[in-house]
Formats: sequence, C-alpha cells, structure tokens
Amino acid sequence: MALTDEQVEYVATLARLGLSDEERARLREQLSSILGHIDRLRELDTSAIPPTAQVIPLDPVLRDDIARPSLTLEQVLANAPRSENGFIRVNAILDEE
Amino acid sequence: MAVMTAPGTTYETVIGLEVHVQLLTRSKMFCGCSADYFAAPPNTHVCPVCLGLPGVLPVINRAAVEAAMMTALALGCTIQPDNKFDRKNYFYPDLPKGYQISQYDLPLAVNGALEFAVGGETRRAGITRVHMEEDTGKNLHATDPATGAGYSLVDLNRAGVPLLEIVGEPDLRSPEEARAYLTTMRQLLRFLGVSTGNMEEGALRCDINVSLRPAGSGAFGAKVEIKNVNSFRAVERALVYEVERQRRVLDAGGAIPQETRGWSEERGQTLGQRSKEVATDYRYFPEPDLPPLKMDPAWIERVRGRMAELPRARRARFVADYGLREADAALLTESRAVADYFEATLDGDRRPERARLAANWITGDLFAATPDREALGDSPLTPARLRGLLDLLDAGRINRTTAKQVFNELLARPDEDAAAIVERLGLGQVSDDAAIRATVGRVLAENPKPVADFLSGKAAAKGRLVGATMKALGGRGDVAVVNRLLDEELARQRGG
Amino acid sequence: MAGDLIYLSVDEARDLLDRREVSSVELTEAHLARIEAVEDRVKAFITATPEQAREGARLADERIAAGAAATFTGIPITLKDVLCTRDAPTTAGSQILRDFLPPYDATAVARLREQGAVFVGKSNTDEFAMGSSTENSSFHTTRNPWDLARVPGGSSGGPIAAVAAGEAIVGLGSETGGSVRQPAGFCGIVGLKTTYGRISRYGLIAFASSLDQIGPATRTVADCAHTLGAIAGHDPADSTSAPVPVPDYRAALTGDIKGLRVGVPREYFDQGLEPGVEAAVRQGLRVIEGLGAELVEISLPTSLSGLPTYYIIAPAEASANLARYDGVKYGLSVPRGDLLATYLATRRAGFGAEVKRRIMLGTYALSSGYYDAYYVKAQKVRTLIKAEFDRAFGRDDGADGRAAGVVDVIIAPTSPTTAFRIGERSDDPYAMYMADVLTIPANLAGIPSVAVPCGFADGLPVSLQVMGPAFAEDLILRVAEAYERSTDWTARRPPLDGAPREAIVGSGV
Repeated sequence: MALTDEQVEYVATLARLGLSDEERARLREQLSSILGHIDRLRELDTSAIPPTAQVIPLDPVLRDDIARPSLTLEQVLANAPRSENGFIRVNAILDEE
Repeated sequence: MAVMTAPGTTYETVIGLEVHVQLLTRSKMFCGCSADYFAAPPNTHVCPVCLGLPGVLPVINRAAVEAAMMTALALGCTIQPDNKFDRKNYFYPDLPKGYQISQYDLPLAVNGALEFAVGGETRRAGITRVHMEEDTGKNLHATDPATGAGYSLVDLNRAGVPLLEIVGEPDLRSPEEARAYLTTMRQLLRFLGVSTGNMEEGALRCDINVSLRPAGSGAFGAKVEIKNVNSFRAVERALVYEVERQRRVLDAGGAIPQETRGWSEERGQTLGQRSKEVATDYRYFPEPDLPPLKMDPAWIERVRGRMAELPRARRARFVADYGLREADAALLTESRAVADYFEATLDGDRRPERARLAANWITGDLFAATPDREALGDSPLTPARLRGLLDLLDAGRINRTTAKQVFNELLARPDEDAAAIVERLGLGQVSDDAAIRATVGRVLAENPKPVADFLSGKAAAKGRLVGATMKALGGRGDVAVVNRLLDEELARQRGG
Repeated sequence: MAGDLIYLSVDEARDLLDRREVSSVELTEAHLARIEAVEDRVKAFITATPEQAREGARLADERIAAGAAATFTGIPITLKDVLCTRDAPTTAGSQILRDFLPPYDATAVARLREQGAVFVGKSNTDEFAMGSSTENSSFHTTRNPWDLARVPGGSSGGPIAAVAAGEAIVGLGSETGGSVRQPAGFCGIVGLKTTYGRISRYGLIAFASSLDQIGPATRTVADCAHTLGAIAGHDPADSTSAPVPVPDYRAALTGDIKGLRVGVPREYFDQGLEPGVEAAVRQGLRVIEGLGAELVEISLPTSLSGLPTYYIIAPAEASANLARYDGVKYGLSVPRGDLLATYLATRRAGFGAEVKRRIMLGTYALSSGYYDAYYVKAQKVRTLIKAEFDRAFGRDDGADGRAAGVVDVIIAPTSPTTAFRIGERSDDPYAMYMADVLTIPANLAGIPSVAVPCGFADGLPVSLQVMGPAFAEDLILRVAEAYERSTDWTARRPPLDGAPREAIVGSGV
C-alpha cells in the first residue's frame, strides 16, 4: 500500500507532528513498506467474525459518586511549562475572535 | 445541498436542537474531583485523571450513568442494552488527554420524544439519541498588554464534569417552538433533579440546526448549525434572525451552504466563521480503558422506580385528585420544589377545599413573598407552619384579614407557629354574639347615612357597614357572625 | 562481603534480613556499589535513585526490627521508567517527559512501596515502550550483560539487564508485544506477562491500552511468583483490572507436572528460528517430557497473523494515548508563534523516530476511510487468534475439557533468534518488529506467558515461553519452576566482572 506525500502530510497534521521534508520522505517509504506487510490480513476471511471488544471479558466496575480531594494548585501547575494566576498559559489559537 | 427557490415562496422552518446538559453529580464523570466547579478558583478541582497525566485511567461514575438513564426514560427513549464509550480524538488546550471520552455509535439511549406546550397547543418533538460524555475545561482569551498579542488561559476545573447530550429530531417548526421545547426540557431536567438546567452557568448548552424548505416539500434544505447561544432568549432571537437571513438569500435566488455560524449577542446576528474549517476527522474508536456497559433490566427498573413524577403527570394528578383548576395546577407544578411544597402542606389531606385553600395561599401570598421559587424548600415558612395557619382558618379562629397578619409574622419569626402568634397578638377571632351585637349597634348609630341608604334599597351600602364593624372589632370579627347580626339589626330597623 | 550480597534470590535475601544477618542498608549498599561498578558497561538506568534507596533501606530495617517485615521489605528493586513514581522523574524513555515528576505512584509501585521495598532506580526503556531492543530510548542504549556489543532486547531492556547484571534483585518491566519476555530471553532471566487485567495498569504510562501489562523480571521463577503475588489483584482505579482472587503463587510451585499436556505449536518453530535456538528449546521440551508431561503437537495457524494485527491495534491505541503530550500541561514545550505551531514543534522535538512512525501508522489506521479496513479488521483477526488459543486450551464454549488435542499449557521459543548486535536492525523497522513474532500472539489473546532460560547458543542465552489460559499464572509458573529445578540455567551469570572495557561498542552511543 503506497502512501502519497499528501497522505503523509495529512496524517501528520491530524497527529500534530511537525515533519521535516526528509522525515516526511522517509516516513512515506517506511510506512508504505509496513502497510505492505500489514495488508496480508486481507487474505483472512473475517466476514462473520466480531471485532474484539474486550480481550478478557469484564463487567464494568462503577464508582460511587463521592467527591475526593483534588491535587493542590501547586501540584497541578508543578509540571506546567507556563502558568499565570492559577491558569495554564498557552499561545493563542489562530482564527478565533 | 442548496435549496434554490423563486421569490414569494412560502418556506417551512425546520429546526433541530442539540442540548448539552451538565449533570448534578457530586464528582466528575471519570474521577473523584468535585463536579461543583462553577465558582472555584482555577485548577483547584483537578486530579491526575482529569489532568490527563501519563498513566491515568478513567473510572465511570455510577450516579452519572443513572442520571443519564433516568433522563432517557423520562424522554421515553429506549435504553440500549449494550452501550459503550468511545474516544473522540482532537487537539485543543481544554482537552487534556487529546481525546474526549464520549459515545459514538452505541449511545446510551435512542428514539424518544418530548411533549411541550406552545401557543395553547401540545406539540411533540422526537429525540434521536441521548448519550454521555465528559466536559472539557475552559479556555479564556487574554491579550498581552505589552505586545498586544493574544494568548489563552486554561482552567481544567470543568474538564471531566459529566455531560449528557440530547439530540432532537428536526421536528421543530418555529423559533417559538424551539424556545418552548427548551423550556420544557429544562423543566423536566430540574424535576428529575439531574441538572440545574441553568444556561447562564453553562449547565445547559444548546446548538441549533436550522434550515428552510419550500412549504410542502419533504426534502431537507442545507442545514446551518448555530453555536454560541447562551440563553433561551438568544435561542429565539438567533432563530428569528437566521430564518430571516436564509429566507432573504433564497428569495434572491441564492443558495444556503451547509455551514456553522456563531451567534453574536452584541450584533444580534449569526456570523459565518472566518476560517474555512476542514471537517475534523475525529477517528472514533471504542474506549479500551472502559468495558462496555451492560444495562441490566433490573437496574433500569430500579432507576425508573426512583424517577420523580414528571411534570405533566403531576399536574394531571393535582387536577384529578385535588380538584384544582388547570391554571392553579400548572402554577403548582412549574417546579418540583413548589409541587413538593404544596403536597407537604396538604400532608395527605385530600379534601378539595383544603387543596384550594392551600393553592390560593401558595400561589398568592407565598409566591409574592418568595422571589426564588426554586428555593421554596428553604423557606422559613415551612409547609407544616403554613398548614398551621390553614387549620386556624378552617377552625374559624382567624379570618382572612387576621390570617394575613399571621402569615407575615410566620415569615418574620421562624420559631413561632401560627397558634402562638395568634395568642401573642390577641388576633383570635371574635365570634361571640353579644360582643359583636354591641359593636354592630354602635356602628349603626355612628353611620346613619349608610343605614339610610341601605334601608332605601341600596344593598351595596351594607358592605360599608360590614367594613366599619370589622374595623371596630380590630379586624378580628367572624365575618359570618357580623353579617348575620347586621342583617338582624337592619331588618329590625326596617321592620320597625 | 558486598560481593556476596548480589545475585541473591528474594527468599535468600528475606532469610538473611529476617535473621538480622544482613541489614537492608548493607544489602542496598551492596547493590548501589554493584551499580557503580557495572553501569558504565550495562547502562541499565536512566535515573539512579541512591538517596531514596538508602532512606528506604533505613526504614525497612526499622520495620524488620519491629518484626513487621513483608516479603519485599528491604529488597532492592528497579522500575522500568514507564512506571510513575512520586519521588523520581518518570520519562518513558522520551525527551518529551525528560523532566516530568509525577505527583503519584503507579498502583503496582505503591503496593511494593507499602511492603517497604527499596527502589534503586528507574531503568531504561525504548521510548514509550515502543521497540524490541531498547535502542529507541532517547537517552542511551542499554547493553546486554552477556555481550556488551549486543542489545538486551526491549522494550524493558533496562530492568532486565539490571537484574541480569545483579544491579537489583527484582525488576518491574512492562509488556505490550513481548517487551518483558523477549529481553528476559535475550538476557537469560525469567520474565512474565500476566493475563490482561491481572495487574493494575494505573500509573503505567500507556502505550496500547488493550495490550499493556506490567511484568515481573527476575532471576528465578520463585522470585517471579513472589513479585506477582505482591502486585496482582483488582484495583478500583483501573476499570480493566480483573476482580479475580489472587492465589498464593509461591505455594503453587510444587514441582509436579506429571500428566500435564503440553502443546507444541508447529507454526512457532517455522519463524526463521536460528538453529541454536531451536536446538535449545527442543532440548528443554525433552526435559519437560522427562518430568512426566505429555507433548502434543498442535497447530495455531492464526498466530502467524499476529504481527500485522498487532501493528495496527497497538499503534492505533498509542496514537490516541500519546495525544496528551502537547506541551500544554506538562512535559517538553517548544513554544512558537501560535498554538498549532507549538504543537507541531513540541511533538517534533519531543518524540523519536519510532514513536513518530507508530503515531503515524496508528492515526492512519483510525482515519476516516481506513478504520474498517485496518482497525476493525485487526480486531476481528484478534478474535480469531484468541479463539484459537481458547480451543487449544479447551476453553471455548461447549468444549470438552479433555478432548483430543486440548492441552493445559503451550510451550514455544520466546524469540526466533538470540540477542542481535546493536545497530543491526535499526534501519529496517519491520525486521525489528519481527523480533516479537513469537511473543505477540499471547499479548493479543490476553493470556499469560512466562519466559525462562533454556540454554545457550554461541554463548548467548536462549529462552522458551510457557503459555497458559487466562488467569492460569499459577499453572505456567509451576511448569516453569519444575523445569527450572531440573536445569541450572537460572544460576548462570553473565561474564560482566571479567568483561574488558573494550567490549563497549562505538563510544558515545
């Protein structure tokens, strides 16, 4: 399954991965090759087979609705690259009013 | 798909509403942080799970699921026996994990309906689906004073709060219907106790889908989505504007492209988005950290059993069981707080006279004295204390006039009951014939003109004499006795 | 003598500590000294934590003195750096988390900490556990203690090499596609992958949510049983952890496997096995047969589709799990003019090539138009692979437990080859992926498997794995330990102490 440059660029944008031209070219080659191996799966007839929803079937264990202590503000911001007045600070999102 | 028509065409408006409801649980959807975030300082209701730290996992809040189930049942939906959560993948600063846990192809419930009243008629709009998801955090915009550059401040308190998404069929046909649908929806949510439904606080959010089509056409026109409507009034205004806007475009021979527009409250207009958005590929897939939910029928029945009686049913019952007028029943079932207050006042008393008496006092004096009816349950004038007042009225210990005084005292002094107030203020009704006869005699002597008017045939003049007698009795006269003795005395005077 | 205090088993160390012949401080110091001595060659650690270890040892000694010791009180342990620790940086082997300090412990870590275990350091991993050689660590490559020019395997190369080199008594690694068994095999130690859900994943930095499991890495099967017993069991913080009772795994090691039916899947011997590997594994099977087990040839043809299946499901889930690394809330941030540019620059700088490859693959497999053909398809093949194991174990619906062809456990080689040279497979991703072809099926089926050393080929360790039905860890450990008793493979030690420094390949790597 050969990928085009446009496909690679589209997927990279979806995944928010910045790529150099060299990386894009190399990824295009490698991903195409890997997908070639993966396409072997088409040979298997799975028309009547359900996809695995849970590999080890479990009933969900639900949580009681009790409020528990949260992290302190210091803990929340401890690893934050930038913060301001208790908020996490980020660059502007373009094309917003 | 565009709809192109000739000017003068009559259009039918087609509206569907997508409502997001914040559930009133104590903790968030997938973690134990308090969900009561609204007034909290930023980032103080955040834990490793809702912060999306490496290695954390979601755990489902049972109460949130049950609130969702209850809402779905109240909307007459079918709860899907197997439903599951999915990841909706996109990047945004208020979305810590880079995906939102939501429900995609197997939602909690499908195929319901909401009945609502509009313009004196009952209408019914379909509900397509109800599903659960987690809320995002909040992004605030700021400007750097030095450079003028914009930036964003992120508060994750709201991230992970449980949300219900209720998608309505495009069955609404006017802005008024849309508003009525929303109002009824909110009333229902409040009645169930699952949400405050407060749009100003963001507990209820609404996205609108609206299109026009030539009247009689079965096809749907291109649908415009309107976002950023933050009040019921805004919903109606935005729709009025947008319907008109679309009509003008169509009449001029133009086409309506399928798009998302934002409502601008300040400008009173819907505005197209500046950037041409490529529809985001959310790459939904089943949430591997959460096993699918199994909606055991016994569980559904338990939830159904706990469901509060719905507004329409309660109103009908008030009319049937208590003989109330429709208008009174409607007032008393506008909110659960009021309906509960009314029935607590009756405390099992099924006599229609008592019901009417209670209804009058509640919808009259009590409503006047209580600005926030939702908080009626917190009033110092408890149902039991009001009942004390009604009992005294029934027993003839006080009349309507003195009862008003007692009512005001009940409000002002939360520790005194009605009987004690009557005692303290000496408001006990005077019913003693002798006492009243003496007063009647004096009043007639002091008011010759009304007596003369009455005796010459002006029956209405008696009212003044009743009033004067009551006043002379300090308002405490038993009106029936006053009337009887006045009649006797006047008859005696007439008869000579 | 400090040298006598390394290479102890848990039972031996516990005995010495409880009889107060040795203190935890002494035991810990011996391990810290060992780390000092060999780390320039093995490079197992990302962050050594000697001060925390000394403090832990001190507290452990107090507890032992009070007569309140548990199994792991005072025992030196290393944790793969994908396990969150509240007192040490947790990097996942990545630049994007190089300075990240979690505010909490993973549940498995907390359970060991509660017992008074001593943590000597966070050990190396392929970045976000993606790899089969630990060469994808953004910090450095760990060396195989048996041959420093070769890889230790991956992604849990760090803890496994550390345990093999005597730098800790026990290691916790993690598996998604063989990342504990394969390196355990390359380094000649015991590595366990449990049933999916046996051990809580809370605090394990997620790679592929439906596959990830923490795995003990130890020098003996008994040590593995001890470790499993300490960390297994339901965790309310992990909705995928199984509410299945935890048996006494140590007590299950009875040594008796008479009458046990051992399935030998022919397809697992067809995957380009090196002759030395096949010979050692077949010899191991003969030993097991000699202990009274019955060998039954079986066929698991769908296992052959495991690799492509895995390389859709794992990257797909990973692409979503790694979306949180955006430079906003924590981790590396490379600010640019606007948010989008910041995302792109941060993730470009923070992730290595293999991680990018898998994120791309996974995003593609989930994207509109490809989701059914890739992700759904792979999940269907997964159903087939699991069903095949269920049938083999007689666990499918309506199965007759002792029907012909039904077996109790399945034994196969752990890897087709012994440890390859550093750099040998770096240029061919799929060739690297092939290292896990024999381990991946058990991950996809969610069944437990334990790798144990079974010999050498050209001086390098060879390993066989014992697979069993879901929650049958006690059974597979019993088989493994019975085999262990009949051989001395787990008593072998890598020639580290005599290894010349010139054995280090390519200085600066």
